[in-house]
Amino acid sequence: MSTALRSPPVMPMQDRVIHWFRFASPASFYPLAGKMMPWFWALAAIFGAAGLYISFFVAPTDATQGEGYRIIFVHVPASWLSMFIYMVMAAWAGIGLALNARLSGMMAQALAPTGALMAFLSLWTGAFWGKPMWGTWWVWDARLTSELILFFLYLGFIALQAAIDDPRRADKAGAILALVGVVNVPIIYFSVKWWNTLHQGSSVSMTRAPSMAQTMLWGMLLMALAFWMYSVAVALKRVRTIILEREGHAEWVRNLPEVKP
Amino acid sequence: MKALLAVTRRDLLLAMRRKSEVLTALFFFVIVTSLFPLGIGPEPALLRKIAPGVLWVGALLATMLGLQRMFAADHADGTLEQMALSPTPLALLVGGKNLAHWLVSGLPLVVLAPLLGLQFDLDAGSLAVLTLGLLIGTPVLSLLGAIGAALTLGVRGGGVLLSLLVLPLFIPTLIFGAGAVHAHQSGLGATGHLSLLAALLALSLFFAPWATTAALRIALE
Repeated sequence: MSTALRSPPVMPMQDRVIHWFRFASPASFYPLAGKMMPWFWALAAIFGAAGLYISFFVAPTDATQGEGYRIIFVHVPASWLSMFIYMVMAAWAGIGLALNARLSGMMAQALAPTGALMAFLSLWTGAFWGKPMWGTWWVWDARLTSELILFFLYLGFIALQAAIDDPRRADKAGAILALVGVVNVPIIYFSVKWWNTLHQGSSVSMTRAPSMAQTMLWGMLLMALAFWMYSVAVALKRVRTIILEREGHAEWVRNLPEVKP
Repeated sequence: MKALLAVTRRDLLLAMRRKSEVLTALFFFVIVTSLFPLGIGPEPALLRKIAPGVLWVGALLATMLGLQRMFAADHADGTLEQMALSPTPLALLVGGKNLAHWLVSGLPLVVLAPLLGLQFDLDAGSLAVLTLGLLIGTPVLSLLGAIGAALTLGVRGGGVLLSLLVLPLFIPTLIFGAGAVHAHQSGLGATGHLSLLAALLALSLFFAPWATTAALRIALE
């Protein structure tokens, strides 16, 4: 009798640590994402402005490639991000599958379109770069080909999630596909690389000049940071929309000022 | 092991009762590969060069045709749920279904490939490498394809979606399979490619049934 009436033990230590898992609930992550979003937008704008300034006005004209080389300031960050986002997406998907957390699946779903966009941008700008430099829009180079396959993997992920009506099943099925994809990405890369060296299809060498001007490198890094921050901001924005869509039945969503009629 | 073979036997029996489905995929392979010389022209040198790629892409597409059937009927009549509930690990039963799928849609391709290779003027050595490559590579296609088939189970527009999911995953198999014949033709020897194909087979034999099982459990939830 007395045990039932005893008050719960007081643990003052717990108040000081941040309960990270609290933010695994969409209800508490929604406002947090809303607070973080403007910061990432601002960072994207600052890094983007600095990066564009350096890449257009400070970085010197390339000795062999002229002004056209400047497209790499968009091309390289887009390629990096397309690969990085796939890894992050697969990590979220894996966490969602392992811990059965709803929010992780939503994060993976929110990242996929941005990753696909980056892969597409990378291919598109690569073609723009290839035409003046190599005289052709497309070569079956190892890196280009694996980027194309990565784009296909993104499309498969998005298509699978879109085809399944039940969001929980869509999350889990997408998670398995993302994990299978992440195991396959290195295999695909090396197989394509080997295929390319064996065929000797193109005589074009992708390796750039060994010494890149310091300012060029800075421009590229700043642009990569800008792309990164943009991806975070847009993923947060998208995850907020997904939360609203999926949690529309919940009380807290109906009480939100932006939802209330 | 007994359960695995029992599932295989059952699936083979079912396939034998509906021969037309199996034969359709096989004729698809024959027709697709025969279309290429008609489209490209009959020069033997060119045909020899494209033969491995054409035959392998044909095999990839022919395997795709049968993939959807691997789980669809069992899912529709509830057999799959019974399998998931049975004390035997589902991965084993999935392995049995994979084996049956390969015996029905992979092995016939391997047997037919040398014959079709003759259309492309391949010599005996290349034919042997092609057949051996297909023998090692087509089980990989069945195993990887099963993951896609399980993921798209009962999903709208499953067939087209399945090809979108699975074909990118088939690329390494295609590269090493067709590459083996090219390497043999150019005198480099096909051992390296065939070993890598075998490595892919070992990897997918280990991981794919596991992923397929996870995907099936999600579909059955």
